[in-house]
Amino acid sequence: MSGARKPLAALLVAGALSPALAGCAAGTASAPAGTSAATGTSATPALSGTVTVFAAASLKATFTKLASDFEAKNPSTKVTLNSAGSSDLVTQITQGAPADVFASADTKNMAKLTYAKLIDGQPANFATNVLEIAVPPSNPASIRSFADLAKPGVKVVTCAPQVPCGAATDKVEKATGTTLKAVSEESSVTDVLGKVTSGEADAGLVYVTDVKTAGDKVKGIAFPESDQAVNTYPIAAVGTSKNKELAAAFIATVTGSQGKKVLTDAGFGTP
Amino acid sequence: MNHRSGSGYTGIPPWIYAIAAAGGLFVLLPLVAMVAKVNWPQFVPLVTSESSLTALGLSLRTSAASTVSCVVLGVPLALVLARSPFPGQRLLRAFVLLPLVLPPVVGGIALLYTFGRQGLLGKNLELAGIQIAFSTTAVVLAQTFVALPFLVVSLEGALRTAGNKYEAVAATLGARPSTVLRRVTIPLVLPGLASGAVLSFARSLGEFGATLTFAGSLQGVTRTLPLEIYLQRETDADAAVALSLVLVAVAVAVVGLSYRHPHTGAAPERALQ
Amino acid sequence: MTFHLNAILAARNFDVSLRLGPAETIAVLGPNGAGKSTLLAIISGLLRPDTGKATIGEKVLFDLTADKNLWSAPHIRGTALLAQEALLFPHLSALDNVAFGPRSAGASRTEARETAAHWLAEVDAGSLASRRPGQLSGGQAQRVAVARALAADPDLLLLDEPMAALDIHAAPLLRRLLKRVLANRRAIIITHDILDALMLADRVIVLEDGRITEEGPTREVLEKPRSRFAAGLAGLNLMTGSVTEQGLVTAQGQIVAGHHDDTTVPGQDGVAVFPPSAVSVFLTEEHGSPRNSFPVAITDLEPHGDQIRVRAGGLSADITPAASADLGLIPGMTVHFVIKATAIAIHPA
Repeated sequence: MSGARKPLAALLVAGALSPALAGCAAGTASAPAGTSAATGTSATPALSGTVTVFAAASLKATFTKLASDFEAKNPSTKVTLNSAGSSDLVTQITQGAPADVFASADTKNMAKLTYAKLIDGQPANFATNVLEIAVPPSNPASIRSFADLAKPGVKVVTCAPQVPCGAATDKVEKATGTTLKAVSEESSVTDVLGKVTSGEADAGLVYVTDVKTAGDKVKGIAFPESDQAVNTYPIAAVGTSKNKELAAAFIATVTGSQGKKVLTDAGFGTP
Repeated sequence: MNHRSGSGYTGIPPWIYAIAAAGGLFVLLPLVAMVAKVNWPQFVPLVTSESSLTALGLSLRTSAASTVSCVVLGVPLALVLARSPFPGQRLLRAFVLLPLVLPPVVGGIALLYTFGRQGLLGKNLELAGIQIAFSTTAVVLAQTFVALPFLVVSLEGALRTAGNKYEAVAATLGARPSTVLRRVTIPLVLPGLASGAVLSFARSLGEFGATLTFAGSLQGVTRTLPLEIYLQRETDADAAVALSLVLVAVAVAVVGLSYRHPHTGAAPERALQ
Repeated sequence: MTFHLNAILAARNFDVSLRLGPAETIAVLGPNGAGKSTLLAIISGLLRPDTGKATIGEKVLFDLTADKNLWSAPHIRGTALLAQEALLFPHLSALDNVAFGPRSAGASRTEARETAAHWLAEVDAGSLASRRPGQLSGGQAQRVAVARALAADPDLLLLDEPMAALDIHAAPLLRRLLKRVLANRRAIIITHDILDALMLADRVIVLEDGRITEEGPTREVLEKPRSRFAAGLAGLNLMTGSVTEQGLVTAQGQIVAGHHDDTTVPGQDGVAVFPPSAVSVFLTEEHGSPRNSFPVAITDLEPHGDQIRVRAGGLSADITPAASADLGLIPGMTVHFVIKATAIAIHPA
């Protein structure tokens, strides 16, 4: 195992350089300062092959972007992305799905894989996410705060406590002593957002990143009580991976500055 | 093949049996695999938990209600499709059968834009003080939407098999159209109607996608057994498997009990002389 | 209370006019596809003609003449239909089947059952009252169906080959029954059987290609058939043409010598009618008046009673098997049909 660590260190360096390299490849004019120093492309060990990344559904947009950046930087590689609910992905991996990297939307699902001894090394926390109130653009129920959600007649849709966003909702409710009478407890963020964008619900509780992804179809209302439930996203290489080198390189991209930039742009916080 | 005495020539080549067996296994094996996964010591507590029983009760009630709706709406539809030719009939049939091939989620979206708060009809219903979204009514609507074709298809088949000779005779005997329908048509196709209703019930029981999209998911109100299974799977795979088995058992019981006779349409006219 | 009908339905090449007295029964004869069932369907209201009108006394069944558009639904026409199959409602007992008509007319359950019991008794099926149609034989079922049609008290009873589906034992029974119940009743009966026409009908119409080709009292039509179909039914030979002094000349120029009935006038259209038994078969042409000799190619040989029926050129001859063997008759060979002029009757067409 320790033998594999050395190239990993080298890769982390390469990963740190990745924004610059990606910038070159894309030919963008607005290159960040200091890119001129990054000329040693030939120093990067040639990576090749396919890396299969299992990422939580909420990471789909950011990871798609990161994957294409990664492929541009390493032309002989291919990133296959599989996004679904974290627990679905855990089930798939335990059933033997060929994953190289797993990025979970919560530590609980990562812990399941760690417990099953399917994780290589220590998972790295690379992003955080907090809840935000999503309302239709017209905000028909005039929601301004978390407390407004508990007002009678307001149709609130939340995630069911069994799924991460619902667990977070539960935490906030307990911490603030507010009880929400949800008209529906959905099993995924997508379903919650669907109810809000279609105007069926007056408000939904989803992650801030989900609000961002939804664009102008919903309006996000941040609330301070969301601090009570900060969701942490860990990433790790899967133990059964056949291409650990590539897996490590991809993780480095996610945890590196390039990853941070893309994630922050999408609304994620830093752990 | 061993032929039992008294059985006749079937005309089926032997290799067909091999493929038929493979087909049967293809359906049976996943069920067996699921049964094998059941955590038996925990089975009873898992399926008798409050949320499970609530979901099962809700599923049975909504499926029964949607079956009634299917009969009320489906019988006239099948009659019109089977009996009176009119322009656009093929188009109407195609649309009625659409939910059979449509992903349920698409059905859910379509219902949302019809009966939702901002929907085509929902807007007016909302003004009249009727709210369908997030209610048990929404579940029944979603189930009816996906189950209706099953009733229409099997009843239309029965009506076509029965033909309209009996109805014609009844009319010449002086029976008004409503009397013909009540005393001749419906009794003649009762087996077809029954099997159609059973299929509709079974389909309603298994309805998931449209309900999730259109009705939401709240314990005791809209969270039917399939939605409960889907949710339980997030945290408790054992509960999900146990509940799946309950759903399979209920479906098998319903279909097995009421669908025993595959005969549809008119009964044979007379015994041999 | 006369029944009048005239109807045209172009799609089925159907154009028929007929009238029926209050207690008259007519038999409709004709080849398959001639429009016999179309006729009943139009009368009973199951089929709509392009144009025409039908009335029973004051009651208008339909009036689609000129710009009128009157159409009565089948259930108010009073024209009960009895088909080849009994079509008893399988879910009702024989009694309730018969009670169906009275019930539909508004009678109470008890009244309807009383009427039904009466009509079941009338067709000798009283003992079958509680049976389901599935437990009845074909003949029994058809008897119950007759009772059911009569119990509806129709102004006009329509019978579509009621005996056709019955075996040879059940048919005579039903025929006698129909003779009894159709007396003093207006009915139209479609049949293929000359015996039905003779026993049940006062009058016969022959329907060919959607047109009435012959019409008249049953016995008269059978004795002096003018259409090939009626002649075929009666087992008679028939040749059409133009009447001459000596007999008739066909469109093909064949001269037929025969004896005129009282009404024929030379120059008019006529038919020559003669029985197959009057035809002799020769291998060569036989001359000598007053004989007719027609060269024909044999199409068929078939047993007919203890005779052989030789079919050739649309005509038939009955000869003994011995004669057939002597002549060495086989299909395809050309022979001469020879008929004495005295055996040929000439009728106006």
